[in-house]
Amino acid sequence: MPGKLKAKIVAGRHLPVMDRASDLTDAFVEVKFGNTTFKTDVYPKSLNPQWNSEWFKFEVDDEDLQDEPLQITVLDHDTYSANDAIGKVYIDIDPLLSSEAATVISGWFPIYDTIHGIRGEINVLVKVDLFNDLNRFRQSSCGVKFFCTTSIPRCYRAVMVHGFVEELVVNEDPEYQWIDRIRTPRASNEARQRLISLMSGELQRKIGLKVLEMGGNAVVGYLQCFDLEGESGLVVRAIGTACTLDKISNTYAPASAINPCNSSPSKDTKEAGFGEEAPGVPLSSGPPTPLRAQTFSSFSPSKSYSRQSSSSDTELSLTPKTGMGSGGSAGKEAGPLKALLRQQTQSALEQREFPFFTLTSFPAGFLLHVGGVVSARSVKLLDRIHNPDEPETRDAWWEEIRQEIKSHAKALGCHAVVGYSESTSICEEVCILSASGTAAVLSSRFMQDGALDMDHRFEDLAPPGCGFCHIPYDELNMPFPAQLTYCHCCRRFKVPDVLFTTIDLPTEANVTGKGCLIQARLCRTKKKAQGEGNATAISNLLPFLEYELHTQLMNKLKLRSMNALFGLRIQISIGENMLLGLASATGVYLTPLPSPGGIQIAGKTPSDITYEQHISNMQKKINDTIAKNKELYEVNPPELVEEVIGSPIPEPRQRSRLFRSHSESSDEVSELDLSHGKKDAFVLEIDDTDAVEDIHSLLTDAPTPPGFYSCNTEIMPGIYNWTSALQMFTSVRVFRLSNVNLTNQGLNKVFNDLCENLLKSLYFKLRSMVPCCLCHLNFTVAVPEDELIQVAVTAVAMSFDKEQTLENGRQSCDKTLMKAITENEEQLQFPLELTAESSSNPLSSAKGLSEVSGALPSARAPSVDYSSFTDRCSSWIEQLRLKAHTIRRGSIKTMSSLEKASPLPEGRSRSLRSNRSYAGGSVAVVKMTPLSFIPGTKIIKYLGIINMFFIRETTSLREEGGVSGFLHSFIAEVFAMVRAHVAALGGNAVVSYSMKECVFMENPNKNQAQCLINVSGDAVIFVRESELEATPPQPQSASTQTSSSGEGT
Amino acid sequence: MSVELDVFVGNTTIMDKEVYQLWLNGYTVNDAVKVRIEGGVMEECEASAEVLLSDTMDQFRTFQMCERLLQNPAKLANQLLFQIPPDRQAMLIERYYAFDDAFVREVLGKKLSKGTKKDLDDVSAKTGITLKSCRRQFDNFKRVFKVVEELKGPLVENIKQHFLLPDQLARDYAAIVFFANNRFETGKKKLQYLTFQDFAFCAGQLINYWTVGAVDNMVEDMDVDLDKEFLQDLKDLKILITDKDLLDQHKSLVCVALRGKTKVFNEMEANFKNLSRGLVNIAAKLTNTKDVRDFFIDLVEKFIEPCKSDKWTSTDVNLYLTHYTNSAHILDTFKHQTVWTRYMGVIKSCILRMYHE
Repeated sequence: MPGKLKAKIVAGRHLPVMDRASDLTDAFVEVKFGNTTFKTDVYPKSLNPQWNSEWFKFEVDDEDLQDEPLQITVLDHDTYSANDAIGKVYIDIDPLLSSEAATVISGWFPIYDTIHGIRGEINVLVKVDLFNDLNRFRQSSCGVKFFCTTSIPRCYRAVMVHGFVEELVVNEDPEYQWIDRIRTPRASNEARQRLISLMSGELQRKIGLKVLEMGGNAVVGYLQCFDLEGESGLVVRAIGTACTLDKISNTYAPASAINPCNSSPSKDTKEAGFGEEAPGVPLSSGPPTPLRAQTFSSFSPSKSYSRQSSSSDTELSLTPKTGMGSGGSAGKEAGPLKALLRQQTQSALEQREFPFFTLTSFPAGFLLHVGGVVSARSVKLLDRIHNPDEPETRDAWWEEIRQEIKSHAKALGCHAVVGYSESTSICEEVCILSASGTAAVLSSRFMQDGALDMDHRFEDLAPPGCGFCHIPYDELNMPFPAQLTYCHCCRRFKVPDVLFTTIDLPTEANVTGKGCLIQARLCRTKKKAQGEGNATAISNLLPFLEYELHTQLMNKLKLRSMNALFGLRIQISIGENMLLGLASATGVYLTPLPSPGGIQIAGKTPSDITYEQHISNMQKKINDTIAKNKELYEVNPPELVEEVIGSPIPEPRQRSRLFRSHSESSDEVSELDLSHGKKDAFVLEIDDTDAVEDIHSLLTDAPTPPGFYSCNTEIMPGIYNWTSALQMFTSVRVFRLSNVNLTNQGLNKVFNDLCENLLKSLYFKLRSMVPCCLCHLNFTVAVPEDELIQVAVTAVAMSFDKEQTLENGRQSCDKTLMKAITENEEQLQFPLELTAESSSNPLSSAKGLSEVSGALPSARAPSVDYSSFTDRCSSWIEQLRLKAHTIRRGSIKTMSSLEKASPLPEGRSRSLRSNRSYAGGSVAVVKMTPLSFIPGTKIIKYLGIINMFFIRETTSLREEGGVSGFLHSFIAEVFAMVRAHVAALGGNAVVSYSMKECVFMENPNKNQAQCLINVSGDAVIFVRESELEATPPQPQSASTQTSSSGEGT
Repeated sequence: MSVELDVFVGNTTIMDKEVYQLWLNGYTVNDAVKVRIEGGVMEECEASAEVLLSDTMDQFRTFQMCERLLQNPAKLANQLLFQIPPDRQAMLIERYYAFDDAFVREVLGKKLSKGTKKDLDDVSAKTGITLKSCRRQFDNFKRVFKVVEELKGPLVENIKQHFLLPDQLARDYAAIVFFANNRFETGKKKLQYLTFQDFAFCAGQLINYWTVGAVDNMVEDMDVDLDKEFLQDLKDLKILITDKDLLDQHKSLVCVALRGKTKVFNEMEANFKNLSRGLVNIAAKLTNTKDVRDFFIDLVEKFIEPCKSDKWTSTDVNLYLTHYTNSAHILDTFKHQTVWTRYMGVIKSCILRMYHE
């Protein structure tokens, strides 16, 4: 009996009238946890009852505490008939189970009914007394902290990053059980909400157990998803990155708030050219384009892999990896030592079942090189889940995909995958499982203890601003054809001509100009089919879809004179008769990479004069657009100067490849005519109908209106001085295709227009915030039924200060950069010592270089081909040396900043207090943002994860304002409930907020509609930086839009 | 092919003042879009008509969802559904309760009943204000009326507190409630020249000096009902016109005071008895509810019109009323000084306000 949960029902307000005769309500409350229920007295004849109940006490196992929500039901007492339910509140008490999060939940919660929406509010107090349980075999994992944030949360520092954790649980969907035919929609919805809440709790608990086994204390980048598989069941699955985090006691870490950048710089992302597939890997591919589609009509149950993996993960991660971590870039000196080192890191990672990280931004020095996007998809036929306790099939499916991802990463010369995510799209009984990430080479810093010296010795070669761009694979044995040039920054290592990644732009990256949102949109018709036939048809279409998306992305990137994509997210949605593909990413010009060539249009029939004219017109348009874009995004790379400086670049001429051909599927790579690659510009042949389409879509993208920028990542390069004006929003559109016989082209246009118009509407709506940037623009597409396309967007608009941008953009950029680095170092200091003690693995004990090199080689998995590694090693080691320098420098800075910060805790506590008291008064302002930070503020406490699932249904659609009115109020209600929960935890903001699911179904003929929404985020307390520094804290002023001064804000 | 569903929800509710006004004015979405296009917002922001339509629909829907809260402004501040900054909340409320002078003139003094509501289409046709807007304004009047009807304490304060309205608007509402309660006739042709603000001013005077609240400030309806005792006492003033000596004495006192000070002295002297009879009769009849209703029309007919036809200026009227009031105090046999002051103070300021040259 390790816990006592206590709840007190204080009062209600704004209750609905339940008794028509008196226009009043006789309300009472049932408080339920597990199987225990308490009731308050009936408070007669009032819409604002004051129950002021005793403390209801539940004595429960901590396992239940984690799984179960506290369920509060408000009812209207009726003497003669059954009591009518007014609505419910589910309270997740998980935040109370961690000592570092919230200590009490207290506040007004909206009373929610799945049919009527919010009906009044109830004031509740909840506390938990937890007794320590030292039982090793316990089933609970209380105390493990969960973060949606995909970077090391501000105000923590990473001691160790253990690696990938995953779990899934399945159940029957109550909506599809036989009993659903006889129960009311309300009962059915509530059963579903409750089940999902239970399943999420269970999932979180199980993941927590894995984390504890691994020796960690937190999950970062926690991503939980639902698969509503209809008849075949309900799957709740989650992935995350297990870490050991340490709270930074001294809270004044400068970087957190100030810049948009991630707190952890130093990743190295390097891109592999994408587009080409690794020849040896026929399945999904490497770079962004890879498409892998398979149909499996039969499923061989494999062993429950999640369980297995947990144990293996554990051992591995406990063991820090040794070896060095630098990834390779091409270099010529070979050193056996270095080779060994690299192999060690690699092998350490390889021992893990899946060296995956859901993080998208990293502590300094963690990410060394980036190889490119790796993705895998597979098409599956759903069958009924027979035994919910053995979700083997689903586990096996995901394992298959993850293996594929892992092999793609290997093909790119990388031993890890970062920015990893998984998703599904389901239509009837066909399901596409997708996974994608960025192949990368990581430093061992956060995974081992012994390599410190090596790091110091070898890391000095990789300059922080460009190191991540250097290729990790072997130049002579490239996984795909790419044009390599010497890095424009350091001139020592090779870089690819384009880089696609799924991670955020590393803070320290050298970027020229600003970035922008780039989207590729595609719609393909498909014949209606059933079962296997359908799955086959989809599998066949997938490669083309991905290829086209990739081509579009590449063209749009060139059109903007940019050479890298960050935050790439490709979403494929299936409908009965079409497939939708939407790729979103943020394009930037990475200074280390070569400048992209232009786009050249070629016609096949040069004889025709009018035709030529047509072509030259188009060419001119394209050239104009490129020129305009260069100006707009301030892309002015100092090309000439660089060339003059001279350096050893062998082929100064920029070449661009013809990706069209490159990105064909892997088997064709060898047949490519590489001569195209020698041309100055990317060539679009206009005879090709596809090309016409491409050009069309290229030119129809309207530029963003003046004063607006947009990106789908956390930070926008080139903008640093954010004000505190912040507007998070969700926008949903559903488009009906009434014309059934649309061609692919017609569909494309419709889809493209839909997205473009949506963006235009957003710009218009937010025009009062100009100059402003829409950050973290997250598009989700779906095909809810025949002829319907649904697009949902969640993003945050943030204002910035224009003058400063112009005048000191560069300067402040540098400053923030420095700050960020400093901070990161701060977060990281001493990670090595700490890890040394905790690890029990023999490998980790290796302190010296020689020891390590001696111990490890044999440990490697034999299947990997390391033949080319020797070449690379030398350069890695050089990089290592460089890194080591940085590290030393960094930690010194850290110390000083820490000292400076010391007087602050006082201010923090003060503001905390005032914050709390404010919450008691009128409604406290709660900010929401999909980003992991709020400009101009400092996050001083994480209160726990918010993970909420709601269903809303109506049988009076017209009366509620039609579908738009219905969804509008539902989304507003969801926001309100999120804010209320955060406020009750004592928080004033939600960061890393996302709407992961928005399933909307309607039946206008029956006047009915139903919608499911799943949202998540991290509840936090922030304080304004200005308050921290000087003035007395007034957290509630959060709502006022004071523009913060100074750099970066 | 059509957009079937289109919503935008911000964590902070986005509301455009201009669109809000169009909504309040009762425009349809399409009309509102037209107005916005004419306003040039499209050129400013490079928007298309489609974008404008989507934005307008969305905001109209938001306002509609807020309307329930606006009808109970106190709820707006502690509801959880919409996160609206306090200054925005104040703006929303103030504008929601704002009304058109043309409209209020049509219903001022009428019973705020269903019957009146049914006639709103006529009002709409006459004033050019959309029926929707008329209904909103009418419902606002009625809502405020119903709430304050049952409250103790000063009318204006109650309105301010319950509807969170700024001072001036609260005073206007107090006037509307007061007029509706006493059913003052304001629609007659002869009263058409008076603006709402004229009436509101008069209402303020009546509320401050003639209601129960002027004497006792903790009674129910204190500011809405006229002080019955006072009205009863007004009957005593009749002596000023029924007693011939008193009347003559009063006249001569006024004439002495005014001689040489006004150009209309002769007319004044000739008319004195008529005017005095008019004013005193009004006072004496106020115990009758029906005569209370005709209070303003009586003032116009019995006093303002005669003066106008004799071309008195406002200054003349002011001078006359001042001395007319003061002279009565000098009359030895006139014992009702307090009632007289209370009566004439209000009459004088009302007449001055209603006397348009």
